[in-house]
Amino acid sequence: MSVAPNAVNVSSAPTLWSRIAVLHWLRTQLFSSPLNTLLTLLTLWLLLATVPAMVDWFFLNSTVTATSAQECRKVTGACWAVIVEKHRLILFGVYPYEEQWRPLLATMLLIAVVILSGVRRFWNLSLLVFWVLALTGAAVLMWGGIFGLTYVENSRWGGLPLTLMLSTFGIAFAFPLGIVLALGRRSNMPAIKTICIVYIELIRGVPLISLLFMSAVMLPLFLPEGLTIDKLLRAQVAIILFAAAYMAETIRGGLQAIPKGQFEGADSLGLTYWQQMRLIVLPQALKIVIPPLVGLFIALFKDTSLVVIIGIFDLTQAAKAALVDQSWRGFSIEIYVFISAIYFVFCYSMSKYSQSLEKRLATEHQR
Amino acid sequence: MADAIISMQDVNKWYGKFHVLRDINLEVAPGERIVICGPSGSGKSTLIRCINRLEEHQKGRISVEGTEISNDIRHVEAIRRDVGMVFQHFNLFPHLTVLQNLTLGPIWVLKTPKAEAEARAMKYLDRVRIAEQAHKFPGQLSGGQQQRVAIARSLCMDPKVMLFDEPTSALDPEMVKEVLEVMVNLAEDTGMTMLVVTHEMGFARKVADRVIFMDQGEIIEQNTPDAFFDHPQNDRTKLFLSQIIH
Repeated sequence: MSVAPNAVNVSSAPTLWSRIAVLHWLRTQLFSSPLNTLLTLLTLWLLLATVPAMVDWFFLNSTVTATSAQECRKVTGACWAVIVEKHRLILFGVYPYEEQWRPLLATMLLIAVVILSGVRRFWNLSLLVFWVLALTGAAVLMWGGIFGLTYVENSRWGGLPLTLMLSTFGIAFAFPLGIVLALGRRSNMPAIKTICIVYIELIRGVPLISLLFMSAVMLPLFLPEGLTIDKLLRAQVAIILFAAAYMAETIRGGLQAIPKGQFEGADSLGLTYWQQMRLIVLPQALKIVIPPLVGLFIALFKDTSLVVIIGIFDLTQAAKAALVDQSWRGFSIEIYVFISAIYFVFCYSMSKYSQSLEKRLATEHQR
Repeated sequence: MADAIISMQDVNKWYGKFHVLRDINLEVAPGERIVICGPSGSGKSTLIRCINRLEEHQKGRISVEGTEISNDIRHVEAIRRDVGMVFQHFNLFPHLTVLQNLTLGPIWVLKTPKAEAEARAMKYLDRVRIAEQAHKFPGQLSGGQQQRVAIARSLCMDPKVMLFDEPTSALDPEMVKEVLEVMVNLAEDTGMTMLVVTHEMGFARKVADRVIFMDQGEIIEQNTPDAFFDHPQNDRTKLFLSQIIH
């Protein structure tokens, strides 16, 4: 009888190796050819060399309960006690200690509105209302000065809430600006097209660090005497302008992928330009570019750490500040692992969300 | 023609150096059914696409219901509300259901309330015999079904003129019949002015008031179907007819 080439009738196979299922799997998957055997052995060696040592350092010999740095240094594993000791500084920066519930609440508010944006039921005008409420709520909580909250100037903001605010405001404003730039670059009107091209190419030509420098150092030189714009606001605007240029090009790629027939179908119904974009073209274009767009969001979240260069206290800077403490010096690995884990949680969530969003939106088209 | 619904006078169009429409003169009376045929590249699709400004003509005048087509976008939008178009590749909106495809135009362009738009849409879906598919997406339908939805979508705008750009050319032969039936019913039951670019000569014989033959951008011959098919005058027309089944 004829059998498919890779199928094996296990029970009647000739040797012991092919008869027992596990051994058979090992043979076909890991040791099937000399090269594969070599690679398997190499991988096993690498794993054996690193994993036990890592598990040992991370978990087995580590301590969470040590109360001082000397106690911690006696332990051979990781000293997670430094995190227990310093987590408020790392997470909230130099925000006044008693008021730290406010940045915590602001953080939760921002995370909540981002998660809410993913729920399909709210994909209408009420989402805009939620965003406005969340952004103003977060701003009020952080600044204070009204509703009985004490005023905290933004030079004292820091840590995770600041990173989240910079990224969330950044994405919230850069995304619509990116759409406008992408549409403008495809426009038939020469003035608008030129402005958009010049903007996109100029911004893409410089690193974010230099934009931040310019906003912190150069811009005040050009402003008239006595007029100062808040440094955090300048940094935020620089981040928004930077991200918008990249989003514009990604969105333009999506727009290019829409077949001309869609525009003609919309034209033939008598839809205006903005109606076409809003109802027909942009929904399809944005769906196509979800993967690279979310990639830009993830990159933006991490790029906010560059504000350390102009002295703003984001999560990375707060981590460095925690290391300055003389009594707890030498535990930099633990601290950087901690903030890397925080960054990873946020970025991986964004990535996972984008995958589920794509899957959900794709089911519309399947037979 | 005194009250022509579409009037084209000395219309010329170039694609770069290529002269695609040469001195087109055409008057279409309200309620008239015109079939335009010709070899590929003859400019037939370009001609009807100039009527709703999907293509721009460089010379000559085109007017629809008395409004001249120009660069004024408001005139163009007004004309597009009254001129429906059915495309060779359907051009349905894949991210919307069939019902949403149909109600989009009436709701956003004609400002019809949603309930009324949906009732009208179901009426036209019934008419093209596809009402049970109202909540499906275009990607879930066959080609013939999609084209019928496209016809219903144009009808929902209550146009005065319907343009058909090779509506059955992209369909499997079994589905051509169902779409042609819908078009024949449309011609027989309503007083719709129809301009159809097609190779389906059976349809032309059955429904057309006038058959126009185009070649290399010019209108070579136009006549009633019987006269056109049985007694062609021009040599190029005779050559074309000898090459197709009619």
